[in-house]
Amino acid sequence: MTATTHATTFAAGPERSVDLLRFATAGSVDDGKSTLIGRLLYDSKTIFADQLESVEQVSRDRGNDYTDLALLTDGLRAEREQGITIDVAYRYFATPKRKFIIADTPGHIQYTRNMVTGASTADVALILVDARKGVLEQSRRHTFLATLLGVPHIVVCVNKMDLVDYSEDVFERIRAEFTEFAARLRVPDLTFIPISALVGDNVVNRSENMPWFDGSPLLSHLERLHVASDRNLIDVRFPVQYVIRPQSHDARDYRGYAGTVASGVMKPGDKVLALPSGLETTIASIETADGPVEEAFPPMSVTVRLADEIDISRGDMLCRPNNTPAALQDIDAQVCWMDETAPLVKGKKYAIKHTTRWARAMVKDINYRVDVNTLHRDEGATEIRLNEIGRIQLRVTQPLFVDPYRQNRQTGAFILVDETTNKTVAAGMVGGLPHSV
Amino acid sequence: MTTHVLSQLRNLEAESIHIFREVVAEMERPCLLFSGGKDSIVMLHIAAKAFAPARVPFPVMHVDTGLNFQTVLDCRDRWVERLGVQLVVASVQEAIDRGLVRPEPNGSRNRIQTPVLLEAIEKNGFDAAFGGGRRDEEKARAKERVFSFRDDFGQWDPKNQRPEIWNLYNGRVHQGESIRVFPLSNWTELDIWSYIEAENIDVPDLYLAREREVVARGGMLYEVNEFTPLRDGETAEVRSTRYRTVGDANLTACVESTASTLREVVEEIAAVRLTERGATRGDDRVSEAAMEDRKREGYF
Ligand SMILES: Nc1nc2c(ncn2[C@@H]2O[C@H](COP(=O)(O)OP(=O)(O)OP(=O)(O)O)[C@@H](O)[C@H]2O)c(=O)[nH]1
Ligand SMILES: [Mg+2]
Repeated sequence: MTATTHATTFAAGPERSVDLLRFATAGSVDDGKSTLIGRLLYDSKTIFADQLESVEQVSRDRGNDYTDLALLTDGLRAEREQGITIDVAYRYFATPKRKFIIADTPGHIQYTRNMVTGASTADVALILVDARKGVLEQSRRHTFLATLLGVPHIVVCVNKMDLVDYSEDVFERIRAEFTEFAARLRVPDLTFIPISALVGDNVVNRSENMPWFDGSPLLSHLERLHVASDRNLIDVRFPVQYVIRPQSHDARDYRGYAGTVASGVMKPGDKVLALPSGLETTIASIETADGPVEEAFPPMSVTVRLADEIDISRGDMLCRPNNTPAALQDIDAQVCWMDETAPLVKGKKYAIKHTTRWARAMVKDINYRVDVNTLHRDEGATEIRLNEIGRIQLRVTQPLFVDPYRQNRQTGAFILVDETTNKTVAAGMVGGLPHSV
Repeated sequence: MTTHVLSQLRNLEAESIHIFREVVAEMERPCLLFSGGKDSIVMLHIAAKAFAPARVPFPVMHVDTGLNFQTVLDCRDRWVERLGVQLVVASVQEAIDRGLVRPEPNGSRNRIQTPVLLEAIEKNGFDAAFGGGRRDEEKARAKERVFSFRDDFGQWDPKNQRPEIWNLYNGRVHQGESIRVFPLSNWTELDIWSYIEAENIDVPDLYLAREREVVARGGMLYEVNEFTPLRDGETAEVRSTRYRTVGDANLTACVESTASTLREVVEEIAAVRLTERGATRGDDRVSEAAMEDRKREGYF
């Protein structure tokens, strides 16, 4: 039985053979992100009757003349009181074609780090733009962050078209402005859709108010988007997460390296190289609790057994002998800073987590800070504050096995953690590798 | 064309396994909160898969309200026996007896589980507790991280959650602080049942439709038994029902259903129009923010 058949035999009924698409909303405060998610859930009939009843009740109590669908995701007391989103809400829905995991993120600048949380694992970012306001600073910041985070697909939803008479001109103007901005970023796939989240135009159902638009409504676009090829199936990277050694008599000699395949496709019989030891051996078998598999690919969680006993522990990495990540102690990276209490400054030390490895890192240099509006690089910057993005140089206490984030969203990513407060203070993305090994 | 694609259920399973291994590798003393309900059973099933062929490397803990369905307790014990895990029971009744907590007037022991849970976590020195909470259950849960940081009072601060980026979880805590970990965060009720069916997982019989003697009360159906006896003037009737959730036996309602096999349950859930809590839990409908408040206090 091969891994692929293992995966598909599992899917007996049609509703279970579907794949998974993760998307995140983004954009400025009040552009209608939460309303859009509410509308998607409502029009795709995935709202439960008691949930709907509850938001209708609250809307009535407040004297609204329409049901505030944003209340379906704004689940915290403070969010309902202030009418804004503060932290990511996760919602789920499925159509016969796909299951969707939605991260509805806040637009407010103060909560940008929560947007980063929601977008870091997304396949698609939905950037909302209020048709009356056009492209705002926060639209640019979020688009920039989405591209920095390597989100492969961006859909710009020009929202509130009902408030601009469904004007094609307004839509085209925003499209042009956005396209010009995006040209300076790395956006592999960019789509524009004019919508009204409140009324429902082009969300699930095609809008009759905008016959001039010949693209698909949002949901059909999301259903059809091809995301399988976004994964890196070339470079084998297997960060060892945990060593399984049963303490029972019948399995005394068992030793398996458990982990999640970060990238590439692994097969029994493949030659592998273990880092940091550099020792080579062969994959004896790849196991799961359901039995051995003939292939392992991302994001499978498996247990790898090797032909030779070599010393491997958590934080080590398996790869192919002729295709290895760089083992670096000096790291060039972009960071998004998330700590409100202290900025990132030169000379400060942090804990760093990269794949399954923890180490300590010191900020050796700040190269520049990016102005998200103009994409200008401020090379005189001496600190990076909350929600700012910058390029830095780190010195790490032990080598990390990295690839450029652009090639590998798993092995190019790290977080920094404040050693005193234990808070996660930065999302980091490894840059080009000037001095690869 | 699309090779090397995992079905969404296997995708969810892989994510959950990753989370289990991460916690066991990094935390000193985790435990798994195990009620014998469907979510905690799926959680334990996946934990067993994550460490196979070794044993599950942490104890399971049952916060026992004393208001249990016998079939649920039986199922709990079967799981403990089968996997050879250690079972820690934190008894709410015992906590009532020694005056730590007092039941609410309506007999609910839901809220008073929290101090009992927190005490047991502290007494056993657990620095991580796996919970079966799913984000699709409730709007406050929809906001919670997979690694949910709790201060030394066990409290959740929803306005100050740690960023959680990629799958780089941060479980670092100081002495006395802990994390709650939700490996099933991204699963829906339908996913849970599809998985139970696909893996043929042992769940308590009350999740399946049977002829039960029930009484209609406040728009819900309660089985007539020692926890919910008939009141004056009420009449019982026999209907085909099943349970969608398992909470306190005195407050959990059943729903009308003819789904007597796992396949039929999956089909029923795929078409259902009420959330599981809305349909069956009188105690969860108290207020708009009931769950958020309970979680702030340290609830699961
Ligand atoms: N007329 C009109 N109003 C809309 C539309 N979409 C959203 N709104 C309104 O815009 C306001 C803000 O909507 P939200 O969905 O809360 O905005 P948001 O982008 O989620 O805001 P944050 O999460 O706080 O950043 C609400 O009053 C919505 O009813 C639309 O298509 N047309
Ligand atoms: Mg919002």
